[in-house]
Amino acid sequence: MNRKRTRFLSTPYILWIVGFTVIPLLFVFAKAFTDQSGTFTFGNVTAIFDSVHRKALLLSVELAFISSLICILISYPAALIIKASGVSNKKTIMFIMILPMWMNFILRILAIQMLISSNGIINHFLTVLGISPMSIINTPVAIVIGMVYDYLPYMLLPVLNCVLAIPEDIIEASKDLGANRFHVLTKILLPLSLSGIGSGITMVFVPSMTEFVIANILGGGKIQLLGNIIEQEFSVSMNWNLGSGLSVTLMIFVLLTTVIFGRTTSESDRGFVI
Amino acid sequence: MKKQMTSLLLVICMVSCCLCGCSGAPGSSDSNELTVFNYSEYLDPEMIEQFTKETGIKIKYEEATTPEEMYTKYISGAISYDLLCTSDYMVKRLIDEGQAQEVDFASMENFSNIDPKYLKISESFDPGNKYSLPYFWGTVGILYNTKKVKGPIDSWDVLFNGDYKGQIIMQDSMRDSFMVALKYLGYSLNTQDENEIHEAAELLKKQKDDVESYLVDEARDEVVAENATMAVVYSGEAYLGHDFNPDLEYVVPKEGSNLWVDSWIVTKNCKNTENAKKFLDFLCRDDVAYANFEYIYYSTPNKAAVDMMDDDLRNNPAIVPTDDSIKDCEVYEAFDEKTTSLYSDLWKEIKSE
Repeated sequence: MNRKRTRFLSTPYILWIVGFTVIPLLFVFAKAFTDQSGTFTFGNVTAIFDSVHRKALLLSVELAFISSLICILISYPAALIIKASGVSNKKTIMFIMILPMWMNFILRILAIQMLISSNGIINHFLTVLGISPMSIINTPVAIVIGMVYDYLPYMLLPVLNCVLAIPEDIIEASKDLGANRFHVLTKILLPLSLSGIGSGITMVFVPSMTEFVIANILGGGKIQLLGNIIEQEFSVSMNWNLGSGLSVTLMIFVLLTTVIFGRTTSESDRGFVI
Repeated sequence: MKKQMTSLLLVICMVSCCLCGCSGAPGSSDSNELTVFNYSEYLDPEMIEQFTKETGIKIKYEEATTPEEMYTKYISGAISYDLLCTSDYMVKRLIDEGQAQEVDFASMENFSNIDPKYLKISESFDPGNKYSLPYFWGTVGILYNTKKVKGPIDSWDVLFNGDYKGQIIMQDSMRDSFMVALKYLGYSLNTQDENEIHEAAELLKKQKDDVESYLVDEARDEVVAENATMAVVYSGEAYLGHDFNPDLEYVVPKEGSNLWVDSWIVTKNCKNTENAKKFLDFLCRDDVAYANFEYIYYSTPNKAAVDMMDDDLRNNPAIVPTDDSIKDCEVYEAFDEKTTSLYSDLWKEIKSE
């Protein structure tokens, strides 16, 4: 009876998954493995090895990797500082840190564009101060800045949650046993927060890799990520088959990332139990 | 029992999904309603209200940004559009695919407001003017800041000679960027000759270092904000740019450029062609054409509306391009699949340099 009830209640969810995930995915796969005349081919998927596509994929992976790394380098110390700080209501700090997420993300990227464009606000101040203006708009650096700004909360939240959950007792115990601060960090804190970092990476790396809007706005159309190519295949070149084929390859990469960092999570959980 | 009901529910949902997807074309069954598909911000919304007030015909108004997006939405059939306004080469494609209805435009009361000059231009994609009615038109040229350029701007050469390194904005559109290079090299913008296309691509690759960015809608704003000295833009954008920053001027380079015409077609799905014609007739009426012109400031093919402009507007080449400036301009033609994929492959190469 109970099981039937559960199954009944899960109907909307099943419908959702079937209608908005499974069926569209089938369409994508059907397009990916056929050419424009409808005959079966692997060409659209192997097209990733064309020099243009390969270059775009490598650049996507590279920028996503750099962004994730910077996000960790910012989030982890921030999490430690919040943990160490005497602030009683840590939820409030968390709330303030994710507050930017409440603003539409395109709007935030446009704001970044205003800040760093060659006649932008930052350059204006630099000129006033007599420092030569910087030119980072329309370069990969600008895209990384945008990605880090946009996706930082997705790294910060899981890392913070994880770090806050580490019991003070363990840290004190290690200190009692003679661990210095470096050892506490590398042997206690880091291993115990791996799961947070792992899910943070998944949540930053995956959207960064599939990104195309930030690349369009902050890259000035001069930098082409794989997401941009897929978008162009659908909207301009009207080659939905190639677009789908490249999407499938990108999906494989996303899946790989999730599998790799998903494993880190479960391993560290086990470590904690022992 | 409940399990069976669940399965039943699932089946019903799936079937109805499929039916919606396949049969398509709901809506517009109401004979006193027209579904109109247009570019975004391309018609004064007050005019739609006025049309309904005058005729009692309701308008369902839909918008899109690019011709390709329009085509995709139209072909998918999710909404059955009666009237569609799109660009020259897309008009041709729709006519060729049998999606447009032949309409006797001459029987419309205000049709004579359309300058025959533009009907002649339209013949390049709609021979005999059987299917399409010109709505707005214009050119592609260079919008530049007179205070920042070192000499007269009258040629595409300034985009390629390296004088304005890092100060150039190109259109982030395959067709428009190739057009610039092809015209500069003295070829037709509709060339299907592989050598000519490759030569243009090489030129664009070499130019990329000098390009500040490839933009579409923001191109004008960047020149207005003086983040760049010059940009390749559509003539209508140029007029508004001048409005924001009086130092900006617009020129159609002497090598010639693209001349574009956006036209209305009545789709083959349209049941009530009389109502559709009433709407088109309404758009041709002088006061309506002028209101729409004032809403977007693109060049209008409507003589009566041009007559209503003040001298400042009428003598502005971005609003009413001179016959001389458009004599070497060409209208885009649709490419076959092979040429399209050559262009798009080369465009990807340029962008990934």
